[in-house]
Amino acid sequence: MNNFTYKKVETINEAVQEISKNKKANFIAGGTNLIDLWKYDLAHPESLIDINSVSTMKQIKVLESGGLSLGALVTNSDTAYDAIVSTKYPLLSRAILAGASAQIRNSATNGGNLLQRTRCYYFYDKTSPCNKRNPGSGCPAKNGLNRMHAILGTSENCIAVFPSDMCIALAALDATVNVSGPNGDRKIAFTDFHRLAGNSPEKDNNLEHDEIITGLTLPNEDFSQYYSYLKLRDRNSYAFALVSVATAMRLEHNKIETIRIALGGVAHKPWRDFEAEQFLEGKEPNRKNFTEAAKMIIKTAKGYGDNDFKIELSVKAIVRNCMMALHPETQRPGAQPSL
Amino acid sequence: MEKENQNNQIHHYDESNTSVVNLTINGNLKQLKVQPWVSLLDAIRDHSNLTGTKKGCDHGQCGACTVLCDGKRILSCLSLAVMKDGSEITTIEGIATDGDLHPLQTAFIEHDAFQCGYCTPGQICSAIGMLQEGKAHTREEVKEQMSGNLCRCGANTNIIDAIMEVKEKTL
Repeated sequence: MNNFTYKKVETINEAVQEISKNKKANFIAGGTNLIDLWKYDLAHPESLIDINSVSTMKQIKVLESGGLSLGALVTNSDTAYDAIVSTKYPLLSRAILAGASAQIRNSATNGGNLLQRTRCYYFYDKTSPCNKRNPGSGCPAKNGLNRMHAILGTSENCIAVFPSDMCIALAALDATVNVSGPNGDRKIAFTDFHRLAGNSPEKDNNLEHDEIITGLTLPNEDFSQYYSYLKLRDRNSYAFALVSVATAMRLEHNKIETIRIALGGVAHKPWRDFEAEQFLEGKEPNRKNFTEAAKMIIKTAKGYGDNDFKIELSVKAIVRNCMMALHPETQRPGAQPSL
Repeated sequence: MEKENQNNQIHHYDESNTSVVNLTINGNLKQLKVQPWVSLLDAIRDHSNLTGTKKGCDHGQCGACTVLCDGKRILSCLSLAVMKDGSEITTIEGIATDGDLHPLQTAFIEHDAFQCGYCTPGQICSAIGMLQEGKAHTREEVKEQMSGNLCRCGANTNIIDAIMEVKEKTL
């Protein structure tokens, strides 16, 4: 653990100015991941810039487009229980409440959720090589303990998974990430925000060091009738996903009009397969069609030993979750998945 | 070598890098002179001499350090004291009134909801926060909402019994 300086900022401009001064500065909001990483001697901030006083990032508001803006500093709890989020985007509420614990959700923020690091054991063990922590040192997970690791989009450099639940729903809902930096504002489509490990596993996402996430935008789309978030894990609460699935669907005359399927726990980013989604559109929402789509999604999956089970588990989880999405009233947080 | 220097630094008390943090803990205003890397947990235990709040894992996995911050249950080990300047903190020492135990304290005793007792302050603060949130209605939901507090002695069944009793009485 290293020492650091600390400064509070009040505005987005001030935040960007401060972070631009030092390559080893970090923003801090909830702190639930960064403080942990610092205690494990994995993050070494020279200076922490506390953004909790930036009042413009603390609101949830309906936009003129009919979409919803979620401030980066709104806590995960306040987002999940927000009246508009829980009625218009219940998939997001369900996914948030499937993650972490109530205490952590009360501190953790929406922006921070996107920036949490992997929980790969080798990343957390600073005595071990890890291409994400120490580029070029190797990836022991590939031939080591890899029960929790990725099966899709892996690279020979890194098979870590991105651990968020909230982000799996945001990927399914086609959210946009709003970012500010020294050159102004930009918007990043959710599926373009996180990266595959590729040749630079040290980079989790496409946010630049001197940029700040100011909020998220949810499009004006109604997935409040048919949706489900299924999280499969080693214990029924307060554990990271082995496989999770977010499904959002609209039906027309008992045919699938639109469907979004996002997977968590299987890749370095929330996993979407647009081909499989297109395959389902216009088809009946039944087990046979969902199974065929699930097989398309895992077509390129590759196991590394301990995590081989995730391939078949993903197929079953996708099918089960899509069936559950037809009956969202049967789901509740913490319940054993039905069906 | 560099590593050693870093470790020495953290144990060396550096007056120059301190700031004054105002915390109202259990109704008493405390002005603490702390370094920015002092956790809220250490500010409570070591700087305010309130050792009821426990340090279990110090990594946000066990819930033993749970306190109420402006009425919400949070993990004091994953917060820095400087981030909570101006906040109202309630710890296990602050929940009894005029010498009468809080109903949850009484219920924990009646239901034998602890063995070693190390997780108990966090369990009770977390349960107070949970009851105020009002999101858990059934026993199953209470279990889910209390999953951030681990009990290694395995008293969980009795802990949930105690919480359910208080929950039903106060409704």
